Amino acid sequence: MDEVPMIQLLNPEGERVSNSEYESSLTPSEILGLYRDMAIIRRLCNEATSLQRQGQLALWAPVQGQEAAQIGAGHALAANDFSFPSYREHGIAWKRGVPPLDWLRLFRGVTMGGWDPVKYRHSNPTIVIGNQALNAVGYAMGIQRDAADEAVMTFFGDGGSSQGDIHEACVFAGVFNAPVVFFIQNNHWAISEPTIRQTRIPLFHRASGYGFPGVRVDGNDVLAVYEVTKRALDNARSGNGPSLIEAFTYRMGAHTTSDDPTRYRLEAELETWRLRDPLERVKSYLVRSHNEQQSTFDDIAAEADQMALDLREGLLSLPDPAPLSMFDHVYAEPHPFIEAGRRELIDLGFGGDA
Amino acid sequence: MTTENLTMAKAINEGLRGAMEKDSKVMLIGEDIGKLGGVFRVTDGLQKDFGELRVVDAPLAESGIVGAAVGLAMRGYRPVCEIQFDGFVYPAFDQIVSQVAKQHARSGGVYKMALVIRIPFEGGIGAIEHHSESPESYFAHTAGLRVYSPTNAYDAYWMIQEAIASDDPVIFCEPKSRYWEKAEVDRETPARPATEAQIRRAGSDVTVVTYGASVKTCLRAAQAAEGEGRQLEVIDLRSISPVDYPTLAASVEKTGRVIVVSEAPPVASVAGDIAATLSEMCFYSLRAPIVRVSGYHVPYPPSRIEEEYLPNVDRILDAVDRVMEFES
Ligand SMILES: Cc1ncc(C[n+]2csc(CCOP(=O)(O)OP(=O)(O)O)c2C)c(N)n1
Ligand SMILES: [Mg+2]
Repeated sequence: MDEVPMIQLLNPEGERVSNSEYESSLTPSEILGLYRDMAIIRRLCNEATSLQRQGQLALWAPVQGQEAAQIGAGHALAANDFSFPSYREHGIAWKRGVPPLDWLRLFRGVTMGGWDPVKYRHSNPTIVIGNQALNAVGYAMGIQRDAADEAVMTFFGDGGSSQGDIHEACVFAGVFNAPVVFFIQNNHWAISEPTIRQTRIPLFHRASGYGFPGVRVDGNDVLAVYEVTKRALDNARSGNGPSLIEAFTYRMGAHTTSDDPTRYRLEAELETWRLRDPLERVKSYLVRSHNEQQSTFDDIAAEADQMALDLREGLLSLPDPAPLSMFDHVYAEPHPFIEAGRRELIDLGFGGDA
Repeated sequence: MTTENLTMAKAINEGLRGAMEKDSKVMLIGEDIGKLGGVFRVTDGLQKDFGELRVVDAPLAESGIVGAAVGLAMRGYRPVCEIQFDGFVYPAFDQIVSQVAKQHARSGGVYKMALVIRIPFEGGIGAIEHHSESPESYFAHTAGLRVYSPTNAYDAYWMIQEAIASDDPVIFCEPKSRYWEKAEVDRETPARPATEAQIRRAGSDVTVVTYGASVKTCLRAAQAAEGEGRQLEVIDLRSISPVDYPTLAASVEKTGRVIVVSEAPPVASVAGDIAATLSEMCFYSLRAPIVRVSGYHVPYPPSRIEEEYLPNVDRILDAVDRVMEFES
């Protein structure tokens, strides 16, 4: 399944390669911007991992290795589009403008969400695998009814592709020609299970069964991911219906900070993918083809370090929620069971004006 | 004597191993249960010893896991499904209530749904959303299912084997916050049947009916209450469906006061049903209304405030005060 051709515009050595269907439309400075995005994501993610190690987060799901897939896809989203992530899409949250501290709130255990999804046009993380894809399709059906110039993109993994919800989402999207893009990050692992446990065919082939196009893109090539995603979203916006993108990438880190990948995968595999690092190839390209100076990259690293520091400080000063907040927003309208619970907690001495 | 000091996680692992050694039809299916041994390591080493046909790393699809287990049971296998966390059982809900629970009745007893669905449940481990829920009331509400919940390593070792040997489907709820607690496991003397509730501490003032992680909390409360001169009788249900009402009623006849404690939200819950049933059964013995100590009618809260959501010693003692206020 690894031998299937995929769309690639920048190879692991950082050389531009031509493709008969796609051309890169990005200027060198835009490409540098994407590099910066990826470098920041990687740095913040490492900071979050160490914060978890220090007991400041309950859990963290690292994104390392998947930066190009997320930044390329996120960059292709138009301001009016709407995205429905799973739980690892920190790169998409970044591109949607969600402040990094807000990504961490859920993992610190101070909220169920973390940000206003409508403000950023980016839903809160969905942890139950596959749920969000159906919600994305429904949102897209709403766009159709409003005749709005918008598209929806939803994210899930190779593991997620097995869920019944994903099948139903694809059926609905196909039948109703909904303006939605299914973006699969095939990072080769679903916790300890390799992709072979989820599928016998390349995942993008599944799209044809639902009657819409599917494509595999080099998920570690930010130029290719951007072009492929942009076209898919353009198609959705212009009434050409859904499509599926399989970004072929790799989870370089553990599944989460609770995971121990040495129990199930070989170091050699990691080595192979290290050579395909999504950041290194962009850097080589910019240095070799556009004479970008090392100082530019040093500046980005310094900027990312500062952001990591800010993130740490912000997190450490996050207050715990008030216990009574567990009753907030459970219902939109008054509900006596909520009032009863609130009263009980107040009587037990947990705040309020008892 | 062949007793060994084991964690509850390891005791379940040993129980699964014992069941697989005894009966070649027993097989395990779930996510990450093979090489990884499950996220709680409950199936650690079993795939290595029993092979991939008997310990199956399933595609990431809970309806698939349970639905396939139904078919395997129809062929005479005894599948033990692992659901990774409580909050991920819902994709399988349809298969559980529509097929697992009903195939025996529908087929006139021809199909034995001899399968077990293991679910690490309840909270208290500082986890993120969907990893701390108490779904047992949905299953207890469904005729055709048995619901068991062990609370210590010894019980767990024997109860998982009893569940696997049962010709009825068993939802096996494992209080995950107690996985790492150790107890002596006697491998020669079977535990009492799961359907018998166990009095964990005898007392004459208040009957405390509980299950799951709350058993330990109630025992701590009982210790604290003793300091105030109150004797709590703590009963560990072990089986949530059926409930051992004769044991509960005998205790209530003695104490006349009842508290029901569990982490689950209170509305339409196991705890509520037990309170209602005991009021019917023991009306003339009761000296106070039955009080529940439970979670609240809210989604399980973010972990930083779960302490305030979960039944704790203070809330249990508060409930004791309330039932003791009523003069006999
Ligand atoms: C319905 C459901 N079942 C199980 C889980 C537990 N779980 C969390 S992540 C994961 C693996 C997901 O793999 P994949 O979809 O490939 O995404 P990745 O983690 O690789 O980004 C599992 C089994 C879950 N969150 N939801
Ligand atoms: Mg994956």
